[in-house]
Amino acid sequence: MEVTTKQFKRCDLVKTVGRVDSNTAPELAEAFAAINEADRYRIVFDMSEVDFISSAGLRVLINTQKTCKRWNRGELVLVCVPERIMGALDLAGFVPLFKFYDDVVEAVGAF
Amino acid sequence: MCCRFLSTSGWESIQFCPWLFVCLYMNDSQTRTFPGRFDSLADIGRFVCQAAEAAGLDERAVYAVQMAVDEACSNIIEHAYGGEGQGTIVCTCQVSDGALTVILRDQGRPFDPSGVPEPDLDAELRDRAGGGLGLYFMRQLMDEVHFVFVPGSGNVLTMVKRSTARESAE
Repeated sequence: MEVTTKQFKRCDLVKTVGRVDSNTAPELAEAFAAINEADRYRIVFDMSEVDFISSAGLRVLINTQKTCKRWNRGELVLVCVPERIMGALDLAGFVPLFKFYDDVVEAVGAF
Repeated sequence: MCCRFLSTSGWESIQFCPWLFVCLYMNDSQTRTFPGRFDSLADIGRFVCQAAEAAGLDERAVYAVQMAVDEACSNIIEHAYGGEGQGTIVCTCQVSDGALTVILRDQGRPFDPSGVPEPDLDAELRDRAGGGLGLYFMRQLMDEVHFVFVPGSGNVLTMVKRSTARESAE
Protein backbone atom coordinates (compact mmCIF):
# COMPACT_ATOMS: atom_id res chain seq x y z
CA MET A 1 0.00 0.00 0.00
CA GLU A 2 1.17 3.52 -0.82
CA VAL A 3 0.07 6.61 1.04
CA THR A 4 0.74 10.10 -0.26
CA THR A 5 -0.12 13.42 1.32
CA LYS A 6 -0.42 16.74 -0.46
CA GLN A 7 -0.91 19.98 1.36
CA PHE A 8 -3.26 22.62 0.04
CA LYS A 9 -3.92 26.01 1.49
CA ARG A 10 -6.98 25.00 3.47
CA CYS A 11 -6.76 21.24 3.68
CA ASP A 12 -4.62 18.18 3.14
CA LEU A 13 -5.24 15.53 0.52
CA VAL A 14 -4.34 11.96 1.41
CA LYS A 15 -4.42 9.22 -1.17
CA THR A 16 -4.00 5.50 -0.68
CA VAL A 17 -3.38 2.87 -3.32
CA GLY A 18 -4.02 -0.78 -2.47
CA ARG A 19 -5.28 -2.63 0.58
CA VAL A 20 -6.05 -1.07 3.94
CA ASP A 21 -6.01 -4.00 6.37
CA SER A 22 -4.46 -4.82 9.76
CA ASN A 23 -1.06 -4.84 8.09
CA THR A 24 -1.27 -1.49 6.34
CA ALA A 25 -3.77 0.46 8.46
CA PRO A 26 -1.07 1.71 10.88
CA GLU A 27 0.68 3.45 7.98
CA LEU A 28 -2.52 5.23 7.04
CA ALA A 29 -3.06 6.17 10.68
CA GLU A 30 0.43 7.66 10.75
CA ALA A 31 -0.26 9.77 7.67
CA PHE A 32 -3.40 11.21 9.27
CA ALA A 33 -1.63 11.69 12.61
CA ALA A 34 1.20 13.60 10.96
CA ILE A 35 -1.32 16.06 9.55
CA ASN A 36 -3.03 16.47 12.94
CA GLU A 37 0.33 16.96 14.64
CA ALA A 38 0.92 19.89 12.33
CA ASP A 39 -2.29 21.31 13.80
CA ARG A 40 -4.24 20.70 10.64
CA TYR A 41 -7.65 19.03 10.76
CA ARG A 42 -9.25 19.34 7.33
CA ILE A 43 -8.51 16.23 5.37
CA VAL A 44 -9.68 14.93 2.01
CA PHE A 45 -9.15 11.18 1.67
CA ASP A 46 -9.08 10.00 -1.94
CA MET A 47 -10.20 6.38 -1.94
CA SER A 48 -10.41 5.86 -5.70
CA GLU A 49 -7.60 3.30 -5.68
CA VAL A 50 -8.34 1.53 -2.43
CA ASP A 51 -9.15 -2.00 -3.46
CA PHE A 52 -9.91 -3.39 -0.04
CA ILE A 53 -10.59 -2.06 3.44
CA SER A 54 -11.17 -4.07 6.61
CA SER A 55 -12.50 -2.99 9.99
CA ALA A 56 -8.91 -2.07 10.92
CA GLY A 57 -8.99 0.56 8.19
CA LEU A 58 -12.47 1.69 9.15
CA ARG A 59 -11.26 2.21 12.72
CA VAL A 60 -8.52 4.52 11.44
CA LEU A 61 -11.14 6.55 9.58
CA ILE A 62 -13.43 6.83 12.58
CA ASN A 63 -10.61 7.76 14.98
CA THR A 64 -9.31 10.37 12.57
CA GLN A 65 -12.80 11.80 12.14
CA LYS A 66 -13.19 12.06 15.91
CA THR A 67 -9.92 13.96 16.19
CA CYS A 68 -10.64 16.28 13.28
CA LYS A 69 -14.16 17.14 14.35
CA ARG A 70 -13.26 17.90 17.95
CA TRP A 71 -14.06 21.53 18.75
CA ASN A 72 -15.35 21.93 15.22
CA ARG A 73 -11.85 22.48 13.96
CA GLY A 74 -12.23 20.38 10.83
CA GLU A 75 -13.28 17.02 9.42
CA LEU A 76 -12.27 14.08 7.29
CA VAL A 77 -14.17 13.76 4.02
CA LEU A 78 -14.15 10.72 1.74
CA VAL A 79 -13.81 10.95 -2.03
CA CYS A 80 -14.36 8.52 -4.90
CA VAL A 81 -15.29 5.64 -2.65
CA PRO A 82 -15.55 2.42 -4.69
CA GLU A 83 -18.97 0.77 -4.55
CA ARG A 84 -17.89 -2.30 -2.61
CA ILE A 85 -16.12 -0.20 -0.04
CA MET A 86 -19.20 1.96 0.27
CA GLY A 87 -20.98 -1.29 1.10
CA ALA A 88 -18.53 -1.93 3.93
CA LEU A 89 -18.97 1.61 5.25
CA ASP A 90 -22.72 1.14 5.13
CA LEU A 91 -22.53 -2.20 6.90
CA ALA A 92 -20.52 -0.55 9.67
CA GLY A 93 -23.07 2.24 10.00
CA PHE A 94 -20.43 4.79 9.03
CA VAL A 95 -22.22 6.53 6.18
CA PRO A 96 -23.94 9.16 8.34
CA LEU A 97 -20.62 10.03 9.95
CA PHE A 98 -18.82 11.31 6.86
CA LYS A 99 -19.34 13.63 3.89
CA PHE A 100 -18.81 12.00 0.50
CA TYR A 101 -17.65 13.50 -2.78
CA ASP A 102 -17.24 12.05 -6.26
CA ASP A 103 -14.50 14.43 -7.23
CA VAL A 104 -11.25 15.41 -5.51
CA VAL A 105 -11.27 18.97 -6.84
CA GLU A 106 -14.78 19.52 -5.56
CA ALA A 107 -13.88 18.10 -2.15
CA VAL A 108 -10.76 20.23 -1.78
CA GLY A 109 -12.68 23.29 -2.95
CA ALA A 110 -15.40 22.72 -0.41
CA PHE A 111 -13.10 23.49 2.50
CA MET B 1 -13.97 -38.52 -13.60
CA CYS B 2 -11.29 -36.59 -15.46
CA CYS B 3 -10.47 -34.20 -12.64
CA ARG B 4 -9.45 -37.00 -10.27
CA PHE B 5 -7.09 -38.33 -12.91
CA LEU B 6 -5.68 -34.90 -13.68
CA SER B 7 -5.11 -34.03 -10.03
CA THR B 8 -2.37 -36.63 -10.00
CA SER B 9 -0.64 -35.26 -13.05
CA GLY B 10 0.44 -32.07 -11.37
CA TRP B 11 -0.16 -28.41 -11.74
CA GLU B 12 1.88 -28.01 -14.94
CA SER B 13 -0.99 -29.26 -17.06
CA ILE B 14 -3.30 -26.62 -15.60
CA GLN B 15 -1.64 -23.61 -17.11
CA PHE B 16 -2.56 -24.79 -20.58
CA CYS B 17 -6.24 -24.97 -19.83
CA PRO B 18 -8.04 -22.80 -17.30
CA TRP B 19 -11.02 -25.13 -17.48
CA LEU B 20 -8.92 -27.89 -15.92
CA PHE B 21 -8.14 -25.60 -12.97
CA VAL B 22 -11.84 -25.10 -12.33
CA CYS B 23 -12.43 -28.81 -12.78
CA LEU B 24 -9.87 -29.62 -10.10
CA TYR B 25 -11.56 -27.23 -7.72
CA MET B 26 -15.04 -28.63 -8.20
CA ASN B 27 -16.06 -30.64 -5.14
CA ASP B 28 -12.54 -30.22 -3.97
CA SER B 29 -10.72 -28.98 -0.97
CA GLN B 30 -7.51 -26.98 -0.80
CA THR B 31 -5.57 -26.34 2.38
CA ARG B 32 -2.77 -23.92 2.97
CA THR B 33 -0.93 -22.91 6.11
CA PHE B 34 -0.06 -19.25 6.57
CA PRO B 35 2.20 -17.56 9.13
CA GLY B 36 0.14 -15.80 11.81
CA ARG B 37 1.27 -12.35 10.70
CA PHE B 38 -0.67 -9.43 9.28
CA ASP B 39 1.40 -9.50 6.12
CA SER B 40 -0.18 -12.90 5.37
CA LEU B 41 -3.58 -11.27 4.96
CA ALA B 42 -3.07 -10.35 1.30
CA ASP B 43 -2.04 -13.93 0.43
CA ILE B 44 -4.93 -15.39 2.40
CA GLY B 45 -7.25 -13.01 0.56
CA ARG B 46 -6.00 -14.19 -2.82
CA PHE B 47 -6.33 -17.83 -1.79
CA VAL B 48 -9.96 -17.55 -0.69
CA CYS B 49 -10.91 -15.31 -3.61
CA GLN B 50 -9.72 -17.92 -6.08
CA ALA B 51 -11.75 -20.56 -4.28
CA ALA B 52 -14.80 -18.30 -4.13
CA GLU B 53 -14.60 -17.72 -7.87
CA ALA B 54 -14.21 -21.45 -8.48
CA ALA B 55 -17.35 -22.00 -6.41
CA GLY B 56 -19.23 -19.80 -8.86
CA LEU B 57 -19.86 -16.94 -6.43
CA ASP B 58 -20.50 -13.54 -8.01
CA GLU B 59 -18.20 -10.55 -7.56
CA ARG B 60 -20.07 -9.16 -4.61
CA ALA B 61 -20.05 -12.53 -2.83
CA VAL B 62 -16.35 -13.02 -3.55
CA TYR B 63 -15.63 -9.66 -1.93
CA ALA B 64 -17.82 -10.57 1.04
CA VAL B 65 -15.82 -13.76 1.55
CA GLN B 66 -12.56 -11.84 1.29
CA MET B 67 -13.72 -9.37 3.93
CA ALA B 68 -15.07 -11.99 6.34
CA VAL B 69 -11.92 -14.09 6.12
CA ASP B 70 -9.70 -11.03 6.58
CA GLU B 71 -11.61 -10.08 9.73
CA ALA B 72 -11.43 -13.64 11.05
CA CYS B 73 -7.69 -13.94 10.43
CA SER B 74 -6.97 -10.53 11.96
CA ASN B 75 -8.90 -11.63 15.04
CA ILE B 76 -6.97 -14.90 15.22
CA ILE B 77 -3.66 -13.05 15.20
CA GLU B 78 -4.74 -10.37 17.63
CA HIS B 79 -6.86 -12.34 20.05
CA ALA B 80 -6.23 -16.07 19.74
CA TYR B 81 -2.48 -15.56 19.51
CA GLY B 82 -2.21 -12.21 21.26
CA GLY B 83 0.02 -10.87 18.51
CA GLU B 84 1.99 -11.62 15.36
CA GLY B 85 4.42 -14.47 14.94
CA GLN B 86 2.88 -16.73 17.60
CA GLY B 87 1.46 -19.46 15.43
CA THR B 88 -0.03 -20.35 12.09
CA ILE B 89 -3.41 -20.11 10.44
CA VAL B 90 -4.48 -23.21 8.54
CA CYS B 91 -7.00 -22.29 5.88
CA THR B 92 -9.11 -24.87 4.06
CA CYS B 93 -11.39 -23.91 1.19
CA GLN B 94 -14.01 -26.45 0.21
CA VAL B 95 -15.68 -25.75 -3.07
CA SER B 96 -18.96 -27.33 -4.00
CA ASP B 97 -21.44 -26.32 -6.63
CA GLY B 98 -22.54 -22.82 -5.71
CA ALA B 99 -21.07 -22.77 -2.22
CA LEU B 100 -17.75 -22.13 -0.56
CA THR B 101 -16.83 -23.37 2.90
CA VAL B 102 -13.81 -21.78 4.54
CA ILE B 103 -12.33 -23.42 7.63
CA LEU B 104 -9.75 -21.54 9.65
CA ARG B 105 -7.77 -23.34 12.32
CA ASP B 106 -5.38 -21.90 14.87
CA GLN B 107 -3.56 -23.17 17.94
CA GLY B 108 -4.30 -20.15 20.09
CA ARG B 109 -6.43 -19.28 23.10
CA PRO B 110 -10.08 -20.35 23.04
CA PHE B 111 -12.30 -17.73 21.49
CA ASP B 112 -15.77 -17.19 22.90
CA PRO B 113 -17.88 -15.13 20.48
CA SER B 114 -20.52 -14.49 23.15
CA GLY B 115 -17.94 -12.36 24.95
CA VAL B 116 -17.76 -9.82 22.14
CA PRO B 117 -20.20 -6.90 22.41
CA GLU B 118 -22.19 -5.95 19.34
CA PRO B 119 -21.04 -2.66 17.85
CA ASP B 120 -23.44 0.24 18.26
CA LEU B 121 -24.17 1.21 14.69
CA ASP B 122 -26.34 4.17 15.55
CA ALA B 123 -24.16 5.85 18.14
CA GLU B 124 -22.96 9.41 17.82
CA LEU B 125 -19.44 9.81 16.49
CA ARG B 126 -17.92 10.39 19.90
CA ASP B 127 -19.40 7.14 21.22
CA ARG B 128 -18.16 4.95 18.41
CA ALA B 129 -15.43 2.62 19.53
CA GLY B 130 -15.00 0.64 16.33
CA GLY B 131 -14.56 -2.56 18.32
CA GLY B 132 -16.63 -5.68 17.64
CA LEU B 133 -16.92 -4.74 13.97
CA GLY B 134 -14.90 -7.70 12.72
CA LEU B 135 -17.17 -10.35 14.17
CA TYR B 136 -20.24 -8.38 13.16
CA PHE B 137 -19.01 -8.22 9.56
CA MET B 138 -18.35 -11.96 9.48
CA ARG B 139 -21.89 -12.71 10.58
CA GLN B 140 -23.44 -10.24 8.16
CA LEU B 141 -21.34 -11.22 5.17
CA MET B 142 -21.39 -15.00 5.44
CA ASP B 143 -24.37 -17.38 5.46
CA GLU B 144 -23.01 -19.47 8.31
CA VAL B 145 -20.38 -18.81 10.98
CA HIS B 146 -19.49 -21.50 13.52
CA PHE B 147 -16.86 -21.37 16.26
CA VAL B 148 -15.58 -24.51 17.93
CA PHE B 149 -12.71 -24.86 20.36
CA VAL B 150 -11.00 -28.24 20.37
CA PRO B 151 -9.01 -28.72 23.61
CA GLY B 152 -5.43 -29.65 22.84
CA SER B 153 -5.81 -28.42 19.30
CA GLY B 154 -7.23 -24.92 19.04
CA ASN B 155 -10.02 -22.93 17.48
CA VAL B 156 -11.86 -24.07 14.39
CA LEU B 157 -13.89 -21.42 12.60
CA THR B 158 -16.15 -22.57 9.77
CA MET B 159 -17.81 -20.09 7.44
CA VAL B 160 -20.06 -20.81 4.47
CA LYS B 161 -21.07 -18.55 1.59
CA ARG B 162 -23.66 -19.66 -0.93
CA SER B 163 -24.50 -18.25 -4.32
CA THR B 164 -27.69 -16.31 -4.46
CA ALA B 165 -30.34 -17.44 -6.99
CA ARG B 166 -28.46 -19.33 -9.63
CA GLU B 167 -29.22 -18.38 -13.19
CA SER B 168 -29.99 -21.11 -15.68
CA ALA B 169 -27.18 -21.98 -18.07
CA GLU B 170 -28.64 -19.94 -20.91
